[in-house]
Amino acid sequence: MIAIESLSKRFPRVTALDRLTVGIEPGVTGLVGANGAGKSTLIKILLGLSPASEGTASVLGMDVATQGGAIRERVGYMPEHDCLPPDVSATEFVVHMARMSGLPATAARERTADTLRHVGLYEERYRPMGGYSTGMKQRVKLAQALVHDPRLVLLDEPTNGLDPVGRDEMLGLIRRVHTDFGISVLVTSHLLGELERTSDHIVVIDGGKLLRSSSTAEFTQRTAVLAVEVTDTDEHPDGTAALRTALRKAGLVPHEPAPDSAMAPGAGHLVTLDIGGEAQGADESVFDTVRDTAAELGLGLVRMEQRRHQISEVFTERSAGDVA
Amino acid sequence: MSPDRTPAHPTTAPAHGQATTAGRGQDVIHNIGYRGYEGPRLGRSYARRALFTQSLRGSYGLGRSAKSKVLPMLLFAAVCVPAAILVAVAALTKSKELEVGYAEYVLLMQPLLGIYLAAAAPQAISMDLRFKTTPLYFSRPMERSDYVAAKYAALSAALFLFTAVPVLIMYVGALLVKLDFGDQTKGAVQGLVFCALFALLHAAIAAWIAALTPRRGFGIAAIIVAITVPYFLITALQGIALTSDNSGAIGWLGLGSPGTLLDGIQSRFLDGRSGFPDAQTLTGTQGAVYLVVFVALVACFYALLLRRYRKAGL
Repeated sequence: MIAIESLSKRFPRVTALDRLTVGIEPGVTGLVGANGAGKSTLIKILLGLSPASEGTASVLGMDVATQGGAIRERVGYMPEHDCLPPDVSATEFVVHMARMSGLPATAARERTADTLRHVGLYEERYRPMGGYSTGMKQRVKLAQALVHDPRLVLLDEPTNGLDPVGRDEMLGLIRRVHTDFGISVLVTSHLLGELERTSDHIVVIDGGKLLRSSSTAEFTQRTAVLAVEVTDTDEHPDGTAALRTALRKAGLVPHEPAPDSAMAPGAGHLVTLDIGGEAQGADESVFDTVRDTAAELGLGLVRMEQRRHQISEVFTERSAGDVA
Repeated sequence: MSPDRTPAHPTTAPAHGQATTAGRGQDVIHNIGYRGYEGPRLGRSYARRALFTQSLRGSYGLGRSAKSKVLPMLLFAAVCVPAAILVAVAALTKSKELEVGYAEYVLLMQPLLGIYLAAAAPQAISMDLRFKTTPLYFSRPMERSDYVAAKYAALSAALFLFTAVPVLIMYVGALLVKLDFGDQTKGAVQGLVFCALFALLHAAIAAWIAALTPRRGFGIAAIIVAITVPYFLITALQGIALTSDNSGAIGWLGLGSPGTLLDGIQSRFLDGRSGFPDAQTLTGTQGAVYLVVFVALVACFYALLLRRYRKAGL
């Protein structure tokens, strides 16, 4: 989809990209980096809007330096910032943007109706966008990037400003852009945690350099953690400790409670244990063991939750190591 | 790290509960199914035309809210009605010609044209900057120059229509009341040429000013100032030149504002009545200089406009 070869971009004062080499395959790719890591600069170059200082990049097999127009015809872009005029309706706006992508008027209207429905905008699409919630605005922004049926969309911080529920919905939507629509996605975020749920592949850049590029599954597997919350009973006034002991007897390795766990409310009632590392099949037997152990102790099982956010630790540790 | 991670809990926790509801929603969408687009992609020139049409319509409030139609339509009526009245007067007095010439009529309407332009240019140009819509254009096949060309052409066309329609009303009316066909046709054609010149120059100035600010209010005020203040200043200076026996300077002074520049051109080349003090017309040299300055101004403001967008957005 995208091939980047020792790409550099230097501004008079800063180096935004420093000999970046990375290939991006079809699918959903997360591009992670702190603010100022060079994500937006990279997007600009990929759209053929800003010449690179050195190096080459190609998108969909086309050279960004010479075929920018042709690339932009088949690529969609969703900016990070607000970009919607408040006095027009979503339908009018997206139709206009479809025509700006070269779609004839009738096709533009049909595609707009389809796309807005796919991103989950229904009756409200006829109302001026000024009255939309942030979530709805993000959907319109996504729709205008998809309306011309691109082969690839570049989404710049699509979850910015969304509440947790809205973020989950947006991430689900992004996943569907690939699985259901067959459109490849490059999505940027400064939060690794949210990209690991949607992305097949994650690229981390920092200071314009590549820190890491690898498939999400590789990390998820290694770091998946199961969090279990149980109730206390008269028999076991400290249910968590009892469960931890029982699990250890059953041959599992629950984590020791962190000394400062009392700080976070409720954290004291959680038992966490690694379930990754082995083959994926091991997972289910772990769940069964935990359930049976809790039942034998007579503890109420409040929840069992698979957590993956510790990936970010792995990345941070690694990146710290890489930098050093 | 922990400030980063702690807020992640609520996001991961409800994810399971939601999966079912979201899953149901997805099923509905699944059933409709995604259809790709295999049809034609018409590219840059088509997009440029579409942007031109959309901006032109927008300049009259078409395709926008009812509220935004009010001002352009009221102003449009205000420039058309006097034209109709002129025709009526000619019919009643059975005069041989219209009371006011075609090009002269446009110059008389300048205050209204200024207001219209001051409202239309920021609407067409500043709003894209204010709401940061420009990156969406530039992430599409069109180039920055296409965007500038479409916007400038749309603004010029809007202003041309605004002045040409009253001219046409006068012309049709003049023919209906059976004024001389040859005279009137010649006058009307000259009037339309003048409308075009007027629109090209004023649209270039207003477009550039509007592109400098994302604020509509600033744009409106700046455009009105830029169009009226030099005009009154130059007219005043010309008056002083006349009373202080420097009437030779009147023509040269007229180069100083868009309004007087156009006035000079119409009186010299389009058989118009001069609005200069003493109804002076230009000498041959002055006329040539006026034309050169006109072309240079349009080109200069257009180049400034292009330059403004070289760095705008994305």
